Amino acid sequence: MPAGSDTLERTPLFERHAAAGAKFMPFAGWEMPVHYAEGIRAEHLAVRSEAGVFDVSHMGEIETRGPGARDLLQRLLSNDVDRLAVGGAQYALLCREDGGVLDDLFTYRLATDHFLTVTNAANHAKDLAWFHQHAAGFDAEVHDAHGRYAMLAVQGPASREIVQAMADRPLPERMKAQRCVLGGESVLVCGTGYTGEDGVELLSDPRAAPALWDEIVRRGAHPAGLAARDTLRLEVCFHLYGNDLTEERGPIEAGLGWACKEETGFVGAAAVRAVRDAGPAERLVPFRLTGPGIARQGNPVQGGGEVTSGTFSPCLEVGIGMAYLPAQRAAVGTELQIDVRGRTRPAVVAQKPLYTKETHG
Amino acid sequence: MAEATYPQDLLYHEEHDWVRLDGDVATFGITWYAQDALGEVVFFDPPDVGTDVVAGESYAEVESVKAVSDVIAPLSGEIVEVNAALADNPETINEDPYGEGWMVRVRLSDETEKDNLMDQAAYTATLS
Repeated sequence: MPAGSDTLERTPLFERHAAAGAKFMPFAGWEMPVHYAEGIRAEHLAVRSEAGVFDVSHMGEIETRGPGARDLLQRLLSNDVDRLAVGGAQYALLCREDGGVLDDLFTYRLATDHFLTVTNAANHAKDLAWFHQHAAGFDAEVHDAHGRYAMLAVQGPASREIVQAMADRPLPERMKAQRCVLGGESVLVCGTGYTGEDGVELLSDPRAAPALWDEIVRRGAHPAGLAARDTLRLEVCFHLYGNDLTEERGPIEAGLGWACKEETGFVGAAAVRAVRDAGPAERLVPFRLTGPGIARQGNPVQGGGEVTSGTFSPCLEVGIGMAYLPAQRAAVGTELQIDVRGRTRPAVVAQKPLYTKETHG
Repeated sequence: MAEATYPQDLLYHEEHDWVRLDGDVATFGITWYAQDALGEVVFFDPPDVGTDVVAGESYAEVESVKAVSDVIAPLSGEIVEVNAALADNPETINEDPYGEGWMVRVRLSDETEKDNLMDQAAYTATLS
């Protein structure tokens, strides 16, 4: 989007969303569906019990290729790229030197010297500039691939069956990625998602996306919007960049130390190691309200800390969220008082994830 | 309620609240437009009986999954009754915004304030 422009970008599926009764909202410069005619709760529950399809084409892609691609990504990404095999997927953070989180990203290794990294829409331009800035001295090319892909997420217990029936070969397993032909189109199918359910994410030519969408919906997936995507991810405690991750906080306090391999020497590794060794001053924890009310992003916690994500859980039917708390008050079972617009609402630090099929399904 | 409706016998405030007048007592609620914009209501915390409300100011909050919104008093007065049933069944606000989804009854302190409200035709004209 040009700087200073009020014009929102639209994905190739905009007309499909409008036809399905979508309510739209601006999101990171894109006009995206918040929910459809069925409503957030129905979409959320459809993903938990059957299947939903999300248009996430606003998310960006950065392609890194060449003999030095591995070395460049090992320098930029917090995880160990050598543990990412061809045909695999890996979650990592992009950090500043001081450990502040620039973005959280999935990277797919398409070939030994060829990687595709998916960025958050709001961070895409910043990430791309960061990649370019650090590419000097590496024998690698960095390309903005956003215009080359539409992205659909098909999520829920029936999602693989729906997509498999359209595919020319077995779909990749969880945390794997493979090109498949779906309805005559070559699509990068990834065994990843953001809902806590089984499912796949599809990266296709933007021109092929409407027909893919139609076929997935015809086979039974419910169109689901960004609001359901948010309630689904929060029930399973997945981080949202801009809420639970920011440049002002590091990976260790966010509970993402598992995605950081300091021995690789990534940008920010020394700062991350220092926090890991000393122990973080605060920790991101999930919570559940024990009474009425819904805590929201920015609500302060009495005694220190703040809510970074909060919503109403359609599966648990209570207010849930995540908050940064002083580390000594972050243990599971700790009782909290959250200031929700001037009213004190009791809550309790809960086990991660807040929702599991076994206990709430 | 799937279709937009705005009853003729109500008065409307620009913040998408309705008023049903009955002598010096008025019933307040939110309009079809307001509940549709909010989406599925999941939480309504009724105010206390005896509280004074001021025209144009918030007297309660209504929350959907995606957002919290202030409910604005269209007229001033003292709350004499609240719809306590909404605490357990907030979705009633979506299903029946002008009936079972009413929010509070208020004894008006200044009946002339109603001259600042819109009739159905004027209100629906603001929505297009």
